[in-house]
Amino acid sequence: MTAPVQAAPEGSATTDSALVLEVRGLSKSFTVGSIGRRRRVRALNGVDLRLERGEVLGLVGESGSGKTTFARALAFLDSPTGGEIWLEGVRQPLQPTPRDLHRYRSRVQMIFQDPYASLDRLHTVYRTLSQPLRSFRIAPASQTRAACAELLESVGLVPATDFLDRYPHELSGGQRQRVGIARALAARPALILADEPTSMLDVSIRLTIMNLLLDLQQGRALSLIFITHDLAGANYVSDRIAILYAGHLLEIGPASALMHDPYHPYTQLLRKAAPDPQGGFRRGERFDASGEPPDLTELAPGCPFVPRCPQARAACHPHLPAWRELGGQHRVRCVLYD
Amino acid sequence: MTLRAFLTNRRAMAGAGILVFFALLAGLAPLIAPYSPTNINFPPMLGPSAAHLLGTTANGQDVLSQLIWGSRDTLIVGLVTATLISGIQLIVGIFGGYVGGWIDEVLSMLTNIFLVMPGLPLMIIVAAYVTVKGTVPIIFVITVTGWAWGARVLRSQTLTLRSQAFVEAAQLSGESRWRIVLTHIVPNMAGILVANFFGAALYAVLSEAGLEFLGLGNVNTVTWGTMLYWAENDEALLMGLWQWMVLPGVCIALLGTAFGLLNFAVDEVVNPRLRRT
Repeated sequence: MTAPVQAAPEGSATTDSALVLEVRGLSKSFTVGSIGRRRRVRALNGVDLRLERGEVLGLVGESGSGKTTFARALAFLDSPTGGEIWLEGVRQPLQPTPRDLHRYRSRVQMIFQDPYASLDRLHTVYRTLSQPLRSFRIAPASQTRAACAELLESVGLVPATDFLDRYPHELSGGQRQRVGIARALAARPALILADEPTSMLDVSIRLTIMNLLLDLQQGRALSLIFITHDLAGANYVSDRIAILYAGHLLEIGPASALMHDPYHPYTQLLRKAAPDPQGGFRRGERFDASGEPPDLTELAPGCPFVPRCPQARAACHPHLPAWRELGGQHRVRCVLYD
Repeated sequence: MTLRAFLTNRRAMAGAGILVFFALLAGLAPLIAPYSPTNINFPPMLGPSAAHLLGTTANGQDVLSQLIWGSRDTLIVGLVTATLISGIQLIVGIFGGYVGGWIDEVLSMLTNIFLVMPGLPLMIIVAAYVTVKGTVPIIFVITVTGWAWGARVLRSQTLTLRSQAFVEAAQLSGESRWRIVLTHIVPNMAGILVANFFGAALYAVLSEAGLEFLGLGNVNTVTWGTMLYWAENDEALLMGLWQWMVLPGVCIALLGTAFGLLNFAVDEVVNPRLRRT
């Protein structure tokens, strides 16, 4: 399903219709602390990404890696502080007017992590779903109810008429997340950002929700950015996987390549930690996974993974390693492969 | 569910009961009161008797009639002031909290200034400068001095709600700011708004009584506060006219209790951590 991707993220502006999203050097920093002790937290540092129409990209990283920041920056919930966002060939201003935002959000939607917090407890399912239908003028008022019912059926909440007038407290966690997915679909976006959509759900229904996302994505030629901390889960849903660490992309490539032949030491660490009966730890084997994610206020100029990297060397320190092409769209940012 | 919790709450029912009693008294005053409250043609300083159940004042007015008619003004001041205060709190608190930026800074500073100024002295000063005496200036003075605390509560609530995922989801759904405020933020604060309303009513009733007792209202109107003023002025207790002095105070305390109970009860219903089994 993956269409060929141009090798380098750099390059001139494109109007390639297959390209849904292009992100260049996306950065986001926050200012923290009180006056006099202000410090900048660099949560995202120059992230480059391209996404084809109908492609699923898994964005994998641990807590604090910046993966949620990335989703929120792309959704303009926290506007990015640097870089470029091109959506379907059009560059988005980083300080968008309400009009810009409205147009952008009719193409980019988000599924939230916590299905309990993302639905207003005072609004029925119908009211929640009719919001995007009305504000993006998807369905005329007379057909809103039918359109909502259709959305509910498409996310597997049947019979839809049973669910339309329910309040969130009358739904299970999985059902709530289905409503959240239906809300994201309602705007008929080209791109959906799914921010750990299954992490708050029972293990037994995670796979159901992932399959639902895949079915919807394939049926509608949707592009999907699936954000997760779980490499195995990302491998299950994604065409390509990108590894994020301390706000830097470290490796990106076809899902199977990252899963079965990871290059970056950090990806190898994630691979070892992935709960997979065929790989991972053997009894008695130890893999050094010590260390914590770095303090994002005092990032050294070199590779951010150096303090935890078992293969760190002098060349890692002076500057961020350049991207190495490994063939087949697989790229890694590590000096080991010079 | 919430309504049921409210209806089975003993404080809520006690508060509502007292409030309804005074509301009936105020509404039916012309029918219930035995005489006109301003009629001064009775023998002054009478003790309780069949003709004057609570006696008469030093000016020869019927105390019972004054007490019944006085509930009108007190209730009106309480409810009107609470409405005005709630309106200001809603606008200042929610607007500042939701819009943020320099508008929030200015509104917060204003709120803090009114918060640090002690209420009653400020009220006395403002009332002293208001040359027209009567109900309207009293409402004005209490409103101006009484909105800050609740505005601050609503602002912090707005800040909390604004960062909730369902509000962000509504933004992504293309909702305008004002629709989000009206359909998500205000409804989710409804309980606090109601509790604040009763809190403001309590504050208004007590402040009105305080101002009028000090003679800063129009002493010729008949309210519980002015009854206290005259009873004090005419040395009711020295004359043995205890019912003239004590009963207006009891009424003020009862009405204040009613508003206070309702405030606590609503708080308890909307904040389950305060609910007792």
